[in-house]
Amino acid sequence: MSAPEPNALALERPAAVPAAPPVALAGQRWHGARNLTIGAVVLAALAAPLLVQNFVVFQLTLVMVYGLAILGLNLLTGFNGQFSLGHSAFYGIGAYTAAILMNQDVGYFWTLPCAGAVCFVVGFLFGFPALRLQGIYLALATFALATAMPQILKFQPLEPLTGGVQGIALLKPDPPPGVPLNPDQWLYYFTLAVLLLMLAGAASLVRSRTGRAIMAIRDDPIAAAAMGINTALYKTLTFGVSALYTGIAGALGAIVIQFVGPDSFPFLLSVSFLVGLVVGGVGSIPGSLVGGVFVLFIPNLAERVSTGLSGAIYGVILLVVIFVMPAGAAGFARLIAARLPFARKSVAIAATGRE
Amino acid sequence: MEQLLQQVLAGLATGAIYATMALAVVMIYQAIDHLNFAQGEMAMFSTFLAWQMMQWGVPYWGAFAAAVALSFVGGVAIERVLFRPIHNAPILSQLVAFIALFSIFNSSAGEIWDFTIKTFPTPFGTKPFLGSSLISTHQAGMIGVTLAMLGLLYLFFRGSRLGLAMRAAAANPQSARLVGIRVGWMIALGWGMSAAIGAVAGMLIAPVVFLEPNMMLGVLLYGFAGAVLGGLSSPGGAVLGGFAVGVIENLAGTFIPYVGREMKLTLALVVIVAVLMVRPAGLFGRVVVSRV
Repeated sequence: MSAPEPNALALERPAAVPAAPPVALAGQRWHGARNLTIGAVVLAALAAPLLVQNFVVFQLTLVMVYGLAILGLNLLTGFNGQFSLGHSAFYGIGAYTAAILMNQDVGYFWTLPCAGAVCFVVGFLFGFPALRLQGIYLALATFALATAMPQILKFQPLEPLTGGVQGIALLKPDPPPGVPLNPDQWLYYFTLAVLLLMLAGAASLVRSRTGRAIMAIRDDPIAAAAMGINTALYKTLTFGVSALYTGIAGALGAIVIQFVGPDSFPFLLSVSFLVGLVVGGVGSIPGSLVGGVFVLFIPNLAERVSTGLSGAIYGVILLVVIFVMPAGAAGFARLIAARLPFARKSVAIAATGRE
Repeated sequence: MEQLLQQVLAGLATGAIYATMALAVVMIYQAIDHLNFAQGEMAMFSTFLAWQMMQWGVPYWGAFAAAVALSFVGGVAIERVLFRPIHNAPILSQLVAFIALFSIFNSSAGEIWDFTIKTFPTPFGTKPFLGSSLISTHQAGMIGVTLAMLGLLYLFFRGSRLGLAMRAAAANPQSARLVGIRVGWMIALGWGMSAAIGAVAGMLIAPVVFLEPNMMLGVLLYGFAGAVLGGLSSPGGAVLGGFAVGVIENLAGTFIPYVGREMKLTLALVVIVAVLMVRPAGLFGRVVVSRV
C-alpha cells in the first residue's frame, strides 16, 4: 500500500498565465471596469450604515471583521501555500490582547497595533516548526494550536489577566465628540477604515518583490530556493503577517462584540475561516470579503429555513456553492469576466491580479 | 509502578477506540489520497442505522451485517454522486465539501433520532477482562476485532487481485489506467470499504461513549492524530499510533500537574507534533521522494 505523496492538503498550482501581451485598449477598459467596481463597492459601504437598522450595521461590521480574518488566512494559504487550521487561535490572541489592554484603560484604537504586533510575533515563532511540516501534518500541528487556545485562556495561573472562564466584558466605545453618529455606526466606519487600510496593505504586499517571492514558494518551493529566495525566512514571515491580519481582526471583533471568553474561539471558528476562504476564492483579496459575507449570513439563513435541520441545509448550500463555483466566488467572477466581450483578450492577464 | 501499569492499561482500552478509527482513516487515505473529515459522522450515521434496526427487532448480528453492507453501498454512492463530479476541483474545495457532508450527517441524525444519548448493546459483555477492573471484555473484544480487521485488510491488499488493483490505482493512476484498471471504480470501492470499516468502528465505539449525533467528533480527532502519528501510509502504524495516543493522553492526564481532562488532548497533540518534527512522515510512514 502506498500513497504517492503526503500532499493531502497541498494547494493546486494555478494555471499558467498565457504569455500573449495584452491588447492595450482592452486592458485599459478592463482596469477601468475594475476600478469602477471598487469605487462602487466603497461608496455603497460608506452609505450603508445610514440606510439600515442598527442591528444590520452591527452584522455588516462583523462581516468586515471576518473578511479581514479570512484575508489573513488567505495570505498564508492562498499566496504562500501553507495550510492552517489554527487561525482561530490568532484571532483569539488578538481579541484577548485588545480586551486586556482596554481593561487597563488603553484607548481602543491603540489596541489594534498592539494586537497585531503580539500576533505577528506568535505567528512568526509558530512558523518555525511549520517549516518542517507540510500538508496534512501542518494541518494537525495548527489544529493542536487551535484546540490548545481555549484551554490556555482558562489556565488558572493566568486568570488575573484573562478573567478565566468568565472572560472579559468591554464597554462599547463612543464616537468622538462632535461626530453625529451612534456608537454602532461609528464602529462600522472605524472598522471600514481599518479594513481599507489593511486591504491596501495586502494588495501592495502581494504585488511587491516580497509578494512575488511568497508566491514563488507556493508554486514551486524547490525552484524558488534555486532562484535564491530564502524560503525559510519568507515562510515564517508570511506566517507572522498572516497572524497579524487575523489578530487585528480579532481585536476589532472583541471591540465590536464587547466580550471575549475562552469559548468564543473554538476550533470551529478556524473551520469557518477555511470555508470563507474557499467560498470567497483561494488567493483572491476581494474574495476574502465575500467569504466574510458567507460565513456570517449563510448559517443564519439556514437557521431561518429550519431550526432542526439548519446544519443539513447549511451543508447542502455549501455543496451547491462548491459544485457551481469550484474555485470560489473569485474564480466564478473571473469566468464571467472572461465571457464579457470587451475584456476577453486581456482577462487572462488581468484576472490573475499579478501582471 | 502499580499506578503506571493501571494507567497504561486504561490508555490501551481507550486507545483501542482511536486505533479502530485510525484504521478507517488510513483506508480512505489510501484510496483517495486525502482525509475524509466526514468519516466520523458517516460512522455515527451507520451506527444509528444499526440501532434503528435493532429497535425494529432485528438481532444484533443481523443489524451489524446490514449496517456494514448499507454503509458500503452508501460510501460508494457518496463517491459516485458527490465527489466524482468535483474530483478535479482544488483540494481545498473538496475539503469544504467534506465539511458540508459532516454538517449534513450530523444535523440529519439529530433531527431523525434526536440528541438524547442512547445505549448500544455489545456482543462481548461488560464483565472485567482477566480480572482487571480497567479493561472490560468489550474493550478486549474491540481490540481483537480491530486487529482482525487489520489482518484481513493486509491479506486483501497483499493477496487479492482487487487489492493489488486498488493499490496500483492509488500509487499511480495513469499507469494503472493504462494496464486496464478502472481507477474511478477503485476509488469508489475505497470509499465503500472505508465507510464499512467506519461502521464497524462506530458500532464498537458506541457501547463505550454512548450513541448520540456528536459521539464521533472527539474520537475522529484522536483517530486522525493516531493515524498521522503512526504514518498515513501504514495501516499497522495507524493502529499502533491510535493505541499510543490513548496511552500518552492517559499518562499525561495522570502524571503532569495542571493537565486536567481538558488539557489532555492538547498535550497529546503537542507530543505528536514533536514526534513529527523528527519523523515528518509519521513513525511507520514511508518517506516519499518526489522528482523535481
